[in-house]
Order: sequence, then structure tokens, then C-alpha cells
Amino acid sequence: MAARDPHGVGAPWGAFHVVGKPNRKVDGLAKATGTAVYADDIALPGMLHAKTLRSPHAHARILSIDASQALALPGVHAVISGRDLPIKYGVIPWTQDENALALDKVRFIGDPVAAVAAIDEDTANAALKLIRVEYERLHAYLDPREALERHDPAIHEGHKTGNISKHVELAFGDVDAELAAAQLVVEGDYSFHGTTHAPIEPHCAVAQVGADGLLTLWSSTQITHYVQRALSRVLELPAQRIRVVQPCLGGAFGGKSDPFSLEFTVSKLAMLTGRPVKMLWTREEVFYAHRGRHPMQMHYKTGVSREGRISAVDAKILIDGGSYSSFGLVTTYYAGQLLTGPYDFKSYRFDSTRVFTNKPPCGPKRGHGSVQPRFAFEVQLDEIAEQLALDPIELRRRNFQGSHVRTVNGQRVTSNGFLQCLDEVSRASRWSERRGKLGRGRGLGVAGSMYISGTNYPVYPNPMPQAGIQIALERSGRCTVFTGGNDIGQGSNSMVAYVVAEELGLALDQVRVVAADTDLCPVDLGAYSSRVTFMVGNAAIDAARKLRAQLVEALALEWKIEPGRVHLAEGRASDSGDPARSISSAEAIQIAEARFDTLGSTGSYNTPQLGGDYRGGTIGASPAYSFTAHVAEVEVDEQTGRIRVERVWIAHDCGRALNPMIVAGQMEGSAYMGVAEALLEHHTLNRFGLHAGPNLLDYRIPTSVDTPELAALIVESLDPEGPYGAKEAGEGPLHPSLPAIANAVFDACGIRLRELPFTPGKVLAALRARKAAAPQEAR
Amino acid sequence: MLRMPKFELERPASLAEALELLADASVESLIVAGGTDLLPNLKHELFTPARVVSLERLGELRGMRELEGGWLAIGSMTRLDEVAGDARLAARAPALAQACSLVAGPQLRTMGTLGGNVLLDTRCQWYNQTYFWRAALGFCLKKDGSVCHVVEGGAKCVAAASNDSAPALMTLGAELVFVRAGGRRVVPIADLWLADGAMNKKLESGEILTEIRLPPRGAGHRGAYGKLRERGSIDFPLLGVAARLELDAQGAITEADLVLGALAARPVRVRRVAEELAGLRASSNDLDAALGRVAQLAYKQCHPLPNVPGDHEWRREMVPVYVRRTLDAALARQGPVRDA
Repeated sequence: MAARDPHGVGAPWGAFHVVGKPNRKVDGLAKATGTAVYADDIALPGMLHAKTLRSPHAHARILSIDASQALALPGVHAVISGRDLPIKYGVIPWTQDENALALDKVRFIGDPVAAVAAIDEDTANAALKLIRVEYERLHAYLDPREALERHDPAIHEGHKTGNISKHVELAFGDVDAELAAAQLVVEGDYSFHGTTHAPIEPHCAVAQVGADGLLTLWSSTQITHYVQRALSRVLELPAQRIRVVQPCLGGAFGGKSDPFSLEFTVSKLAMLTGRPVKMLWTREEVFYAHRGRHPMQMHYKTGVSREGRISAVDAKILIDGGSYSSFGLVTTYYAGQLLTGPYDFKSYRFDSTRVFTNKPPCGPKRGHGSVQPRFAFEVQLDEIAEQLALDPIELRRRNFQGSHVRTVNGQRVTSNGFLQCLDEVSRASRWSERRGKLGRGRGLGVAGSMYISGTNYPVYPNPMPQAGIQIALERSGRCTVFTGGNDIGQGSNSMVAYVVAEELGLALDQVRVVAADTDLCPVDLGAYSSRVTFMVGNAAIDAARKLRAQLVEALALEWKIEPGRVHLAEGRASDSGDPARSISSAEAIQIAEARFDTLGSTGSYNTPQLGGDYRGGTIGASPAYSFTAHVAEVEVDEQTGRIRVERVWIAHDCGRALNPMIVAGQMEGSAYMGVAEALLEHHTLNRFGLHAGPNLLDYRIPTSVDTPELAALIVESLDPEGPYGAKEAGEGPLHPSLPAIANAVFDACGIRLRELPFTPGKVLAALRARKAAAPQEAR
Repeated sequence: MLRMPKFELERPASLAEALELLADASVESLIVAGGTDLLPNLKHELFTPARVVSLERLGELRGMRELEGGWLAIGSMTRLDEVAGDARLAARAPALAQACSLVAGPQLRTMGTLGGNVLLDTRCQWYNQTYFWRAALGFCLKKDGSVCHVVEGGAKCVAAASNDSAPALMTLGAELVFVRAGGRRVVPIADLWLADGAMNKKLESGEILTEIRLPPRGAGHRGAYGKLRERGSIDFPLLGVAARLELDAQGAITEADLVLGALAARPVRVRRVAEELAGLRASSNDLDAALGRVAQLAYKQCHPLPNVPGDHEWRREMVPVYVRRTLDAALARQGPVRDA
């Protein structure tokens, strides 16, 4: 076995005993009963509490910081500022432009400036008010167009492209010639407004320096490995002297992917004071840390034949990045690279530019980089269908790229269940009977999408495995699986347990999962880009099969039978040739332990060589892609402008559902988030550069009564390289929500919504514009 | 998490004890009823009292009782969900029951009280924020600052009266009973308000709102409440519409009243509603046109400012829509009116 070997899609013991069943999550009861330990539940002897002083200015130079009064306050143990942590970091090695605490400049309202450790939170807060900071205010860029056009003053001085964070221009095929030859060209502007993740758990970190000098950080991160690397760099400690542990996590959605200011500050404060230090952010601070979905202004031009075949797509995208790079380099690529399925493009060009502005930094949010372009393109497809008088589902079928193909930008697509997804949503919504026939104010809309199951591009290039697993198996029957993967609520620890139980024929309660602890677990690159099921699942199979071979060999020798007769399932080991011969898996393990000594194994996964042969060609290259189709049903109140999404049918090709209940949960959660972004959520700044409402009253996530009926329709295409054929299900199913709603609104009342979010005011304005354009109809 | 600032908490066991505590002018005190609005405001440092006097133990302020002359008294500590679910009120004050049923969300209505909602602080996007946020802004006229930001450089506070119960109580002609050490006053609710967002109520120091009294209403009483908001729960109103109609035995309208909330610093009574509707029967052909004229009267009278978060132009557009829907609901003995 090697890290790149596919393991096949079949069940290891004839039929699946664990996989494919709606098993309970391994941590479900602990979370439901309140015994799960989150970062803020950690309390250590002598622990101090830290708070962050933040910039009240959107753009300013720091002239001086005077912490003497704060330091003099009884109960204050330390105050630090940028000078104490001068080394820059950033998740992408080529764009490291962040400091844990601002060094010379602040770049948005809420940028961290100083931190205090004190005996309790109230003392730390009181100390913050005693720190005197002198600023020289600078011009603040709040409009990305202005930032594109001028860079004096520059947001990042010395950045060689002014206020442009990243520019990518890629072309595949002869777009101009294809557009000129196209029988229909549709062109339009679309925009996405900006949203944030709003996980229920605010970020929290606790640091402790042991007597041996070992630094331990418990943090609500979704990427322990990158946090360890970043701490090593900034604190100038060898990585092996740093232990990063992710406790139980209360939601992330991409918002806990970067290394964050609090992780460095609590570590530094623990090193300085010799005491454990905790920092728990307020909800407001979570809004400032942001890393949410980028606002994008998008121009799309699509050429098609009379039959609706896409011959050219030409995109120009302006991305408002906020104040730091974060994952922005990848975002800028993803905005173009991830559009080339499930449809076949004959030619394609995109020009995307990310600019810095003086706003909270944007980053990866569920469906990183591709939700906004997908919205624009799927609405444009609907416009094409309208102009060609084609059914929008039929138009999408005609352009289906097929499975086992290469996209126009050189990406390898393996399994592709998109047509089945269209069939499912069409059937479930009774599309052909109902679309266009629901009467004024009610409509159906469709949209499709694809997404990656991880990428072959680790954020720091290296030839080592992307996922590693260790398994310990001992005579009591207990199996412990060690994974560096981060369970952020998506159920990755459960997935690991299911796979190992399936392979070793164990009952689920025999398997423990130890995860996301850099001292205990092999390296894994963490929970981002929907990589965990695919990569960690494959690594778990790899490790388990090595142990399985030992169990089988030991039993075959013990029972003096052919190895092919040994059967392991559901906590029993048996001889398929002699039903009377059956022992518990604990007894089987004892036989193997006696023969092979202490039992353990490791397994790995690494992607095959993928990607187009050009600069940036590996960004967006995934070992497998998931596919989704939605149909949304909406009702539009033409007096109030309110859109009510009644129902969303979500068909998603996840390869194979290792647990259909968790897959359906991810599909519903994704669609919920998409509907929220389409109708309600708006991460926006006011004219002073202040976040308009950094709290969960003003930033409106839908309540249960605002949530449509969600129907999850699982499609299984059995990917040849996924674990038992599985692909991702956590991010892809979000994408079509937004355009499907826009397209349903068109079906309902004939207006095209190209600008998100779809507020009632915009709907009324569009209805008025439509009336004005067609006065005869209004009468 | 935001920290709760330190204060001394008093939990008097009787109204007399509470009044005595409040009469002590040497300590800056605040009253807390259900706390659903006050506690976040304390965390935002909008108030920094040395002492908070909780009314939670004053059972005498909770519940309803019939008074002489057909009046009904509702204790100020009666929970919003109790008001919303009361069968008597559903018949004699449907607008109030409906308004209370739409305040915040279900959990908050089991804590929030009618008295607390009547005396709710005004709200504004430049005010209901943390200390850090308000300091970064340079504060505002309502708290710690000298300029109103709703209209750039504004010199008058225009924070919005955001209590759902107030417009309904206005249409019902409610009276408020305030008690203080050695004194008592009864105030018609229409006389409570000031057109100043900084402090929109005429209150006297040391007094407690003990009762909300509703005058008797006949069998022809009709009422409804409409609430515009972004979500179907939790949110404060972007617009509140309370309607009251009285019908005679023949079904003709004898009285009509319409009060709007959340648009300005105080609830706004729409003028000339009764003139438009009086004498019309529910079955009359002229009623539809008259209701349309009332909706337009309300539209012309109201000019919401961007004080609370949201699209204020859309709020204005929704005034006639919600007025019409709420009047229709009242006549049909339906409601509450909502579209989210």
C-alpha cells in the first residue's frame, strides 16, 4: 500500500456493516448532554485572562503606545504590543502580511493593537482603557474601485502592486473568436455583497508553558498543523516544542482556518508571565476577525450556439479583500478556476483582481471563492435559456461535460453525477408540470455547481502525505485511531471511526478517535477545502488494511484455514467455511497480538499529480469533484417585495454517503447558509468604516421560522479514488442556493435579480422597473 | 463574551421596599423588570447604574384584575407571553395581545414584561452598540456624544420608539399607573411621550410603573397589530401598526384609530383616520376606497429616518401596505399582520 493507491469502492467484507448507515456521531451524545469540552471550558490553575485593544481607526499610523498606567493597575501581569511579536505571518507563505498585534499601522477598525493579561477579564478590560495610543490618521479605502485606482497611501507599504492584493488572468482556447462566432452572446453585471460565517462558538485560545518549556495551545482552530507552523515562526520556537490541540469546536465554516491574533498573543503572554493565559473573543471581535466571503463585482459574457451549447465564457471580477491577504491568493484563482464544471466550455477566460481595502479581512467561507462566480454564471445561464426559449434544466443537460473528462482549464474530472442530480431535483420538484405554471408570484428555479474534494496543493508545497493516520489495537478489543484531521462539527472523527470499524470488523463502540493534537496525532492539513473525508478517509483505509492483513493472517494460521475464509464484521471474527467457529474481535486481536507483538499501523494519503500545465494550474485541481443541483420554490409578495423561499430540493453527488444522515445534514446546512446569504445576511460597513452591526441581532442569520423546507436527495456516483467511492458534501451543496432563488424569482414575477442580497427594497425596485418597461402589461 | 459591569443588585420583596430603595437619591438606581433589554444595554455600557432594583419578587405586579366600571388592570410585571395568550385580551384588546405575541422570540417573551416593553429605551443603529464601537464612532447625541449620525451632523436625537406594545396601548386609550414613595399618578399613555429620542418619556424619579389599565370596550371593538421586520422572529420592529375600530350594532364604524411605532422617537397617531372611516359599514362599497385613503394619509404623514438598521425607504413604502393590511385584519377579526 502506498499513499496514492486507490482502495476501491466496494465493502471490505462483502456488505457494508457500518458505512452507509445513519450511525450516531461519535461525539453526538457528549455535545447534546453538555459534557463536550470546548476551548472556553478549559480552566487551568493560576490562569490569567487576556483581552485585546483594537484600533478605532480604519487606517492610521501608530505613533506611540503608552501602557504604563495599564501595567500599574493591580492585577495586570503583562501588556504586549506589536513590538513583542514583530514577525509577520499569513496562511499562504508568499503573502505573509499580518502581525499578531499591529506593528506600525492599523488597517481596519478592530485591527488588534495591544493585549493585556490580568487576573480576570474585568481587570484586563479595565487595563485596556488605560492604554494610550497616539495615531496619525490616514485616508481610508472603503470602496474597492478606489483602492484599484490609487495607492497613496498604500494599505501595505512596500507591496509591489500598490493596493492590488493579487491579479490573475488566464485564458483557455480562443475566447474572442468563439464570442464573435457565437449565435447568442449574453452579457451582464452581477454582484455579491459580503457575508461572514457566524459560528455559534466565538474564537477562544488557552496557552500554557510547561515546566519543561513546552508550549501547549488549545485553540478553536480548524487547522492545528498550520497554527503550529505559524506559532513556530512568530515565536521563534522549534515546531517540536509546540503542541497545538483543538478541543471540541462550535462551528467554523472556514472562519477558523487562518492563524489568528489571539493564538499568538496568549502564547506570548504565557511565555512572559509563566502562567496559563486564556482569551475568549466577544461576538464583536469575531466579526472583526471575519475572513468571510469576499464581496465581488462580476462581469460575465457567455457565447452559445442556437442549441444552447456554450462556446465561450469571459469573466472579469473585482474582489474586495479587506485589509490583509489571508487566503486571498487562492480566492483570486478559485474565482475563475472552479467554474469549469459541470458544463463543458469550449473556451474560457477570466481576469480576477483582489484589492486591499480598510475593512475586516476576507478569507475562506464555505464554498471558498466560487459561490459568487457560480451565482453570476448560473443566473446568466437562466438568461440564456430564456432567450433561446429552452427549459433551464434542458440547457444544463445539453452542456454536461460528462465523467472522466478534462476541463477546459486542464482539471481532471473523475466521477460526475450531475445529470442524476438534475434528474432528482426535476422529479422531486415536479419541474415539468409546475415550472412556469404556478401563477403570478410563485416560481421554480434551478442551478447547478461543482466543488473540490480537497486540492492537490497544500498551502506550503512539500512532498509529504497530506493526511496521516495511526491505529493502535490492543487485547481488550479497544482500537484507537489517531488523526490530525479537525472535526469542526462536520463529523470527520465519526467518519474515521466508521471506516476503521468497517475495515477491522469492529463494533463502533470499540473505536476511539483521538484527533487534532499535534503531540499525539500524525500530520494532517486540517479541515478546509472539503478535503477531510476524501483524504483522511483514504488514509484510514490504508492504515486499517495493514492491520486487517495481520488479523487475517493470525486467524488463518490459528484456525489452519485459507485466509480467504476469515471474516471480520460487527465485533466478531469468524470462519466463513465453518459457521460454528466464531470469536469476539477482542479474542481475535489477542491471537494476532500473540503472533505479531503489539499491534499498530500507519496509513497515509497523497493526491496524484494533478492540474493544468501552467502557472496556477494546480490551484483548484482536486482528486475528485462533487456536483450539485438545486431547485428552489419561492413566493414573492409583490406589495412588500418579500421573497419567501418555500422549499429547496438539493441533489448532491457525494460519491458515496459514508453516513447518509450526516451527508443530508451537510446538504441542508449548506442550503440553509446559501438561502441566508441570498436573502438576509449582509456583512457591511457604514460610512465611517465601522461594521454596521457586529452582533447577532443586526447581522441576521435565519431563525427556524425563516428556514425553508429542505429536501436532501443524495446521489452516489462512486468515485474510483474516494474512500469507498466518497467525495465531499460539506461545501458544494451551498453553491446553487443563491442562483436557484434568483432564477425562481424570475419564474415567479419576471424580474432578474443580479445583485445580492435580494432585499425587499431591491425586489420592489425591479418590479417597478419592469412595469415601466412594459406599461401595457401594467394596465 | 461581553462582561456585565458591576452593580449592586437589590431584590425587594414588596412594592413598599422597592419604592424606599428608589427614593434614595444618593444612589443612582435603575429598575429591571424582565431584563431582556436592560441587560444587553448594561453590557453595552449605555447605562452605568450603581444599583439595580429588580422587581422580580413583586408578585403583586403580576397578573390581571377587573376594575370598577369595566376597566381591566394588567400588572406591569405580567410576562409578554401571558398577555399574548390571555383569552380576555384576545377579545377586548386584540391589538395588544397580537403586539405582545410578536415581541422578540418565544424565550424572551417568557421573561420580558408588559411594563418593561412600555418603558423600553429607544433604539438606534448608532446607539445600540458596544462601548468600543461607540468610542470608535466618537459617540452620538443620545449617549456620551454631541452629534446625531442618523442625518449627518444632526442636532436632535431621532432614536426610534421600538416597543410593540405602545402603539396598541395608544389605540386602546390605556392609562398607566405610576407609584412612588408617598405618591401616585395616573397618566393616559398618549401623554407619556416626548418627541426626543434621547429620552422619549416623561418619567419622574423614584417611581414604578405598576399597572396598565384598559378602558371597557363593547362587542363592536376590533383591533389588530402589524409588525414589519426582517425575520419571522427575534427582531425589533421596522414598523409597527396598531389599529382600533369600534362598530355599532349595525356594523357601521363609529370610531377609528391608527398608531404607528418604530418610525420616530415616539409612537405616531395618524391624523384624520376617524373622519375617513366613521359611518362606513364593513359591507359598504365605499369602504375599500376609504381604507385606501387612510393608507395614503399614513404614508404622507410618515417619513422614517435611517435610525434603526435597514432600508428606510422601504420602511416608508411599507407604511401604506401595512396600514391597509392591519385595518383589513382588524375588520376581519384576524391578525397579527406580518409577512416574515
